[in-house]
Amino acid sequence: MRIFGRRTKERLILSVLVLLTGVAIVPLFWIVGSIIWNGFSAISLEFLTSLPAPFGSSGGGIGNAILGTLLINCSASIFGIPVGILTGIYLSEYSSKGRLGSLVRIVVESLSGVPSIVIGLFAFTLIVMTVRHYTGIAATLALGLMMIPLVAKATEESMRVVSNDLREAAIALGIPKYNVAIRVVLSMAKSGVISGSLLAFARISGETAPLLFTSLFSFYWPTGIDQPIATLQVLIYNYAISGFADWVSKAWGASLLLVLIVLVINLVVRVLGKQKYVGV
Amino acid sequence: MVVVFFFIMIFGMLLIRSFPAMARDPLMIFGSTWDVEAGIFGAAPAIIGTLVSSSIAILFAVPISLAIAVFFTEYAPSQIRTGLSVVIDMLATIPSVIFGIWGLWIVAPLMKTFVQEPISGSLGFIPIFSGPAYGLSLLLASVILTFMIVPIITSISISLLSSTPVELREAMISLGATRWEVVRHVALPFSKLGIFAAVMLALGRALGETMAVTMVIGNSFMWPFSSISIFSPASTLTSKIASELYEAIDPFHVSSLIELGFLLLMITLSVNSLARLIVSRYSQRRYGT
Repeated sequence: MRIFGRRTKERLILSVLVLLTGVAIVPLFWIVGSIIWNGFSAISLEFLTSLPAPFGSSGGGIGNAILGTLLINCSASIFGIPVGILTGIYLSEYSSKGRLGSLVRIVVESLSGVPSIVIGLFAFTLIVMTVRHYTGIAATLALGLMMIPLVAKATEESMRVVSNDLREAAIALGIPKYNVAIRVVLSMAKSGVISGSLLAFARISGETAPLLFTSLFSFYWPTGIDQPIATLQVLIYNYAISGFADWVSKAWGASLLLVLIVLVINLVVRVLGKQKYVGV
Repeated sequence: MVVVFFFIMIFGMLLIRSFPAMARDPLMIFGSTWDVEAGIFGAAPAIIGTLVSSSIAILFAVPISLAIAVFFTEYAPSQIRTGLSVVIDMLATIPSVIFGIWGLWIVAPLMKTFVQEPISGSLGFIPIFSGPAYGLSLLLASVILTFMIVPIITSISISLLSSTPVELREAMISLGATRWEVVRHVALPFSKLGIFAAVMLALGRALGETMAVTMVIGNSFMWPFSSISIFSPASTLTSKIASELYEAIDPFHVSSLIELGFLLLMITLSVNSLARLIVSRYSQRRYGT
């Protein structure tokens, strides 16, 4: 015997679904809300531009960490984006048959599944343990490695959708294959590659685990990429677990900044993506 | 090529650098005591902590994600759909250290007073709910992990569920089925394997998640040998590495931590390749024959 009618059951299930959906949505607003609530008061001109104050005294800022994050992200991009794009070109244009192609594909996919802390460990073992001090170069390597699969995947996917007619037309004109790949197909796929790279940039801006024991932290302005460099992410971690009220509030301020950076990049990509479908 | 080279390098370097610890005693890492002073490095608590926290997170996340996916594909009107997809994307882009600071300063005190104290007060006689309420706990780590992996399972499930063949769907509706019956008997069975693969991918992510977990799990190395309560502070492979590596001096300590990283790499890679295997089998069966 049925306890509920089918209609009742339908309604019951709908309400359960809405409830569970709410369970997932609430944290987002909660997180964003608490970051704005706690972080907004911490942000000031001094906060954005000056060095951290000496331990125990209030004031000071996180200028060096902001600069450090930008520095490391940019140098990681210089390494990660070209390698990622080349890998993507290879996957889409050259790897259609053969063992090597599928090996590269498997490796790229596995690399995107490797936990970020393991990539950080790798950079630690390779560079930090060799030169015997913490350095921004190791962080660059780790973050660059994390960008490769993201950029490669975006490149491959946007090159795949380029029509074969174009490729054949270019080949019929006698253009060598590497030129076809780069001049014709890549230029068609440009917007996808750019948005993929931007997303990868946003993604590594939030990565903390690979930085903990590579670039470490520093209370001074970065003087060179081979030195320990302060970053926003590590600053949030260090300050948040320190438990001192002043540092914790600085950590909230830094969180607000970091979330803003990441969300703004994502929004830009979203808007660019929309334009692509509407226009042209 | 460079990519393949780096990938092999990752394995190689981790193996080489963990060699001192492995060579001294290959089975020590599975022991239950971690004592830096005495030079004993057994990581069983961290290994168990990793597996348990991720499994609980999966238990929470699967129903939530499936509910969102079903709601999204079957019930939601299009305005809600756009909003929902933005929300899910945003949840996926929040950096994990942000989840950490939120969990540490906002959720932990609330969990302590509103979840742990009442439950361990009334159900404390059950071992997994017993013990004092610290706030920072295995359960909190699992809850935070849940929110981090929900977007993964949800977005894959949405694309799977919405690829259900229209003919099957229409046939069900013409038989007078309610929306839930369509989901239950057509859409879900149709995408079952794919969803399983998505869950495996999310599991891989949860196992390797570092910052948020390190910040909220409390890093106690007693669990689960002192108490098996999910309200106790515990540790995971990732939290162990993140909280100790930069202050480790003893070469055996360093190489033991690296060995943990290697172990983590092996676990996540096997979980991920299992997921990939399922997906490739699945797509072969669907399109190949």
